Amino acid sequence: MPNYQLDHLDQLEAESVHILRETAAQFQNAALLFSGGKDSIVMAHLAAKAFWPAKIPFPLLHIDTGHNFRETLEYRDAFVEKLGARLVVGLVQDSIDKGRVQEEKGPFASRNKLQTVTLLDTIEEHKFDACLGGGRRDEEKARAKERFFSHRDEFGQWDPKNQRPELWNLFNGKYHPGEHFRVFPLSNFTEMDVWMYIQREGIELPTLYFAHEREVFERNNSLLAASEFIPLLENEKPSRRTVRFRTIGDITCTGAVESQAANLAEVIAEVAAARQTERGTRADDKRSETAMEDRKREGYF
Amino acid sequence: MDLLRFATAGSVDDGKSTLIGRLLYDSKSIFEDQLLAVEESSRRRGDAVVNLALLTDGLRAEREQGITIDVAYRYFATPRRKFIIADTPGHIQYTRNMVTGASTADLAIILVDARKGVIEQTKRHAFVSNLLRIRHLVVAVNKMDLVDFSEQVFNDIVASFHDFASRLDDVADITSIPLSALNGDNVVEKSKSMPWYRGSSLLYHLETVYTGGTSNHVDARFPVQWIIRPLSQEHHDFRGYAGRVAGGVFKPGDAVTVLPSGFQSRIKKIHLPGGAEAPEAFPPQSVVMTLEDEIDISRGDMLVKANNPPRNSQDVEAMVCWFSQKPMEPRGKYLLRHTSRETKAIVQELRYQVDVDTLHKKEGVPSLGMNDIGRISLRTANPLFHDSYRRNRLTGSFILVDPGTHETVAAGMVV
Ligand SMILES: Nc1nc2c(ncn2[C@@H]2O[C@H](COP(=O)(O)OP(=O)(O)OP(=O)(O)O)[C@@H](O)[C@H]2O)c(=O)[nH]1
Ligand SMILES: [Mg+2]
Repeated sequence: MPNYQLDHLDQLEAESVHILRETAAQFQNAALLFSGGKDSIVMAHLAAKAFWPAKIPFPLLHIDTGHNFRETLEYRDAFVEKLGARLVVGLVQDSIDKGRVQEEKGPFASRNKLQTVTLLDTIEEHKFDACLGGGRRDEEKARAKERFFSHRDEFGQWDPKNQRPELWNLFNGKYHPGEHFRVFPLSNFTEMDVWMYIQREGIELPTLYFAHEREVFERNNSLLAASEFIPLLENEKPSRRTVRFRTIGDITCTGAVESQAANLAEVIAEVAAARQTERGTRADDKRSETAMEDRKREGYF
Repeated sequence: MDLLRFATAGSVDDGKSTLIGRLLYDSKSIFEDQLLAVEESSRRRGDAVVNLALLTDGLRAEREQGITIDVAYRYFATPRRKFIIADTPGHIQYTRNMVTGASTADLAIILVDARKGVIEQTKRHAFVSNLLRIRHLVVAVNKMDLVDFSEQVFNDIVASFHDFASRLDDVADITSIPLSALNGDNVVEKSKSMPWYRGSSLLYHLETVYTGGTSNHVDARFPVQWIIRPLSQEHHDFRGYAGRVAGGVFKPGDAVTVLPSGFQSRIKKIHLPGGAEAPEAFPPQSVVMTLEDEIDISRGDMLVKANNPPRNSQDVEAMVCWFSQKPMEPRGKYLLRHTSRETKAIVQELRYQVDVDTLHKKEGVPSLGMNDIGRISLRTANPLFHDSYRRNRLTGSFILVDPGTHETVAAGMVV
């Protein structure tokens, strides 16, 4: 008697594929949020598999702070081309120019928070009724509470105290005009699962994820990449070090770790031994105890 | 690697979140920055000890009130197994979130405060777990440090739980463990304070308990979720039926019947995500099937085998948990979501409400209110291809959605 057991990566893949197909079926106009980070790359890879041999039935949506690593944009464009997908870009710069948001000032300025407005404006402009996000529940304590199908009111807000029950494989994507959903196909992946899946699937990643030499400086116990987007404080002296990134987002708040891990196997070994969470290097989460929840309530990714 | 999904259950403040925090901490699944953050918050709040419940109680409102409001999902692995934990709220007001967490679990840890014993909320959660067909139960008698680690207290609680559980249906095993979540006794390591306890630690039990999964591998059920028609040069005539196998095993060459049309065909190929061909498909795989004949199939249809069809009817008997503040309306109309199907449904009759304290049936009640459980009969606008929930969790479950507010107002399990 065969035992019909699935390896845990196959179980996770089957679940994500189910969610992606359900999104295509339940919504009129969904988009896949693509940041160029590993989670959104894995999500797009899963979407390509879910709809094979057809193309992904959603455009990729990049909310672009303008403060990017060069490598991210290069990767994004090549990736979109390879998938044959459509790319929609929402520019934070446009929101600033239109006076929708105020650029933060000073050496700690970040456009991370401003992204929410650009995201919500882009959703409204294109009438997206669902946005697929690469968020995982193991990332952060507020994310650990989120449903696969997460409802947003007409202001784009999340109400964590009043989420819809979500049972079994049944998802309720019903909404009123002006409301939308965020859908998280990778909810049950852990950081380690993502890396193991990348390895198993042979997914190519931006070079930023592997050890390379770069000018970095220390701030708030994080190593930040020296760039034209971050003014240095007096005591901050960039130096050349061998680093890699565990997550990739806006350049002003993505911390690097010192590492010699130059290939996937070495990165996985490091992740397994890590004593810090990957978001431990994200300056945006350090602003307060419930920084993530507060941003998510307002409509953040 | 083998995967076990489990949920916590039990009354408010029995120590569920503290236990999960302790389990994560003692199994070294907590990162330094997470621990630092929790230590820091505990200090700011003036807690006497590091409050490990803060590892899962992540929402602002939860941290302010010191209770769990919504289910938190946490993940950890040991060399033996990988775990997905749903830490659920004990407060009766949030029962629907407990049900959410429990619906995908294979095992439930039911916490009991050693000072309070088995109370109504303990029974409610045990009953809900049983209704959802979680067949493996752990009775974790917590806060043993507050009752002098007394064997007598433990034995009395275990006896009273078993007394209640004898009225539950089809439980595979009940394991009772005396614990102190606060101090870690019997969580990961065996406790020195309770030498009278001969059983294993909670973690060891979780690592070794045999559950065999909950999937049905007998009755072939394939709800069609999405039609794949690339219309590209290369795949010009490709027409694939995408979905997640809900029961049984399908193989290329198998004769299948399409519901509701009744058309018959054979499976040409089974493709895994990405296109690789597979010799068979079984739950919980997501696949794409192609058939030998071109027939009209759409989302909500189901592929089955002719010699083993599901029930096919517009009249359904079910147990429901009511979630909404708005009570169930007699003859109320709702949207019903079942597998990949959606149809309208009307409540024909409320047969009885279950008294969760005694498990007695209360007949003649006018309606079900929030958190009530009862048995109803439904009439649907279109036939449902279903099995009893007992036979198949996926083809025997449904949700009801309020057509006006779009809220999910109930979960149903077909009798
Ligand atoms: N003395 C003692 N106190 C405990 C123990 N376990 C938990 N507590 C305390 O009991 C209180 C409630 O603990 P929680 O873990 O928040 O309880 P809970 O079951 O998760 O509560 P809800 O999620 O709101 O239902 C906290 O003050 C804990 O510190 C224990 O083993 N011994
Ligand atoms: Mg709790």
